Amino acid sequence: MLVMRGIVKQFPGVRALDGVDLDVRAGEVHCLLGQNGAGKSTLIKVLAGVHQPDEGTVEFNGAQVRPSGPMDAIRLGFATIYQELDLVDGLSVADNIFLGHEHARLGFVNTGAGHRAARQVLERLGHGEIRPSTEVGRLSPAAKQVVSMARALSHDARLIIMDEPSAALAHDEVANLFRIIRELTGQGVAVVYISHRLEEIREIGDRVTVLKDGRTVAVGLPARDTPTSRIVSLMTGRNVEYVFPPRAARPPGDQVLEVEGLTSPGAFHDVSFSVRAGEIVGLAGLVGSGRSEILEAVYGARPASGSVVLAGKRLRRGGVVTSVRRGMGLAPEERKAQALLLDQSVTANITLGSLPGFARFGWMNRARERAEAERLVKALDIRPPDPERPVKTLSGGNQQKAVLARWLLGSRRLLLLDEPTRGVDVGARAELYAVIRDLADQGIGVLLVSSEVPEVLGLADRVLVVREGAVIHEAAAGELDEHRVLDMIMNGRAA
Amino acid sequence: MSDARRPPAAVPETGGAAPPPARATLNSLTGARHLGLLVALGLLVVVGLVTRPENFATASNLVSILSLAATIGVITVGATFVIIGGGIDLSVGAIMALASVWATTVATQEFGPVVMAVCAILVGTGTGLVNGLLIAYGRLVPFIATLAMLVAARGLAQRMSDRKTQLIDGEGAIAALSTTRILGIPLLVYIFALVVVLGWILLNRTTFGRRTYAVGGNPEAARLAGIDVRRHTMLLYALSGLCCGIAAILIMARTTTGSSTHGDLYELDAIAAVIIGGTLLTGGRGTIIGSILGLLIFTLITNLFILNGLNTSDQLIAKGLIIVVAVLLQRRNLKERAP
Repeated sequence: MLVMRGIVKQFPGVRALDGVDLDVRAGEVHCLLGQNGAGKSTLIKVLAGVHQPDEGTVEFNGAQVRPSGPMDAIRLGFATIYQELDLVDGLSVADNIFLGHEHARLGFVNTGAGHRAARQVLERLGHGEIRPSTEVGRLSPAAKQVVSMARALSHDARLIIMDEPSAALAHDEVANLFRIIRELTGQGVAVVYISHRLEEIREIGDRVTVLKDGRTVAVGLPARDTPTSRIVSLMTGRNVEYVFPPRAARPPGDQVLEVEGLTSPGAFHDVSFSVRAGEIVGLAGLVGSGRSEILEAVYGARPASGSVVLAGKRLRRGGVVTSVRRGMGLAPEERKAQALLLDQSVTANITLGSLPGFARFGWMNRARERAEAERLVKALDIRPPDPERPVKTLSGGNQQKAVLARWLLGSRRLLLLDEPTRGVDVGARAELYAVIRDLADQGIGVLLVSSEVPEVLGLADRVLVVREGAVIHEAAAGELDEHRVLDMIMNGRAA
Repeated sequence: MSDARRPPAAVPETGGAAPPPARATLNSLTGARHLGLLVALGLLVVVGLVTRPENFATASNLVSILSLAATIGVITVGATFVIIGGGIDLSVGAIMALASVWATTVATQEFGPVVMAVCAILVGTGTGLVNGLLIAYGRLVPFIATLAMLVAARGLAQRMSDRKTQLIDGEGAIAALSTTRILGIPLLVYIFALVVVLGWILLNRTTFGRRTYAVGGNPEAARLAGIDVRRHTMLLYALSGLCCGIAAILIMARTTTGSSTHGDLYELDAIAAVIIGGTLLTGGRGTIIGSILGLLIFTLITNLFILNGLNTSDQLIAKGLIIVVAVLLQRRNLKERAP
């Protein structure tokens, strides 16, 4: 039904898709697998009309198509259900289902007809109990998912793309999701299903396509019978070779951080670990496994029970202000949204975390501020080397260096890095790795979160594997390999 | 925090570095930022000179423009901080009225002018602090919290004054701020100038100013960088209240009264001046100089309309147009400067 051939999508500095083939049949659940950065999201966005491919062809029911925008994709019969559901909380179920194509005449919404049509679609999904007049904000995540799917059906979608639909769902809700998917495929609708959970793919999937580094490495493997080891080995073994700095020769120093019984309901449970001075500890896990949340809780940015001891002193619940004062620093996952003042200069961004250190009675010593910023710009090789430049004009890698530079001021004991190389091109990654290792060598403890298993294994000294809110394995990085870690992350057990 | 000065061991120290060349372009950029406002101001002056050559460029007219600008000007300085910090303060006019009433009650007046001035400042700051507490710790939306304060503070002012205008001694020290002149300019204009200078310093040379930009530009980033965003937000509204208290002294000096009707719709003039001055309502960007230029443009328009004997309704229409034009022009500027 859908045939994609040789899809290429180029972004500045990155070739996100480098010749992808995909072949989906009517009435099947086709699973798309691949590590973070393999190109799954970009591929979905090509189908959803968000991105236009630079090369390659898309054929749908025998005709060549080229979705030029989201509306165009919907008209073709492609519906996409994104990970973050795109529903309007304040509107009713019916309004959400028919958003953009309301039952209306001359601009007046025909509520009765809308509700009737909504009920029909919901019943078709086996969820007649969801009332069309209910406000969507009051529904459970699972019910919202149903509404999202009802919207896809209301467009008479022939191909539904689901991006990690089970990520927000509890176990029994997943079973219900699968029932709906089976009904849809029974009606001839094709589903492209993206998930990291292998057991789900075995249960619901018909065939599997594996992506790696923007290329298709396997097309149409049988979902149930292909051995896990084969799938995992297809996903791993990157072509891009990362250059990791050598690990420290001397043993790590004193304990910097000791976490015990840290629990945040709904995110992670009873997490304990420690970080020593000069040591890089990596948390490997999927998005939603709780790894970023653990980092936030250690930093005091998320309420949690349990104890966090920094350099021998227990952190009381003073929040981030105390953590920073006591020597922690966080480079958050969303660099632009959570770390940077985009309009401001590199200097202002670097000194943001240690303003009192540059001031006497609140009066900024700007000469010293500028000198320190210039020194750090030079030391971290931030390019262009102009501390007065607005930080938004820098590349992703250099922006990340500016965030790291922020925590080089003041006496830091512990740095928390959440996806430090996200959106950073390959060359700049190696530089960031070197900077991070250099920090550790200066005696700072580093706690690193990354979705990319090779990154965790290459950079960290010790690795904790996180799955569904719990640490399921801990080992020195040298004792693990990508294959094993990936297997634990996806299957919950060591192969 | 003296540790902050200690450089990480492996990082080489650089000597006294010369200012990079890019600073020059940056400075010219900030100049260009206010260029439009200066041109607009210049045009209005030309209009004044052409239409009323005999009484526009007189000393008395300039003094009256500045005196008119002084009261709202002080409030505008506080409003600039609040808006750069990502908030809004609708209650400024009402707070000023309350402060003027409180400071001119019979009981307060007994203690003399100094206590009256201190009273106005304390009432202003205290009321602003209440705004700040409600917004920062009570998690009220700034628009709603200060709207409530607008209504309540004016009501309290009416109650305290029994809706009567309270006179103060026309020969006293407070009125003298308006009547005493240095170099032909009344003292209250100097107070206004002092507030502007102090405000500029606070915004551009202190950690408080830096935090204001950070809290307004990206509150999440500010929080994760270890800034106490809530405390800072509270302080911003207290600062705005402080400015209202000072403004109350100025209006008492000018009118020799305290009244619950003082400062009606000042919040709109102050916010308009800040916006015309190029401060983003979404926070994180703006300047004191811009706000003051925006205010002078507004005051000049009022002055020109009065001098030419034009309808005050037309004056309001003109002001409305200016706000729209100013914002449209700024949006174009922003786009040009975006990478």
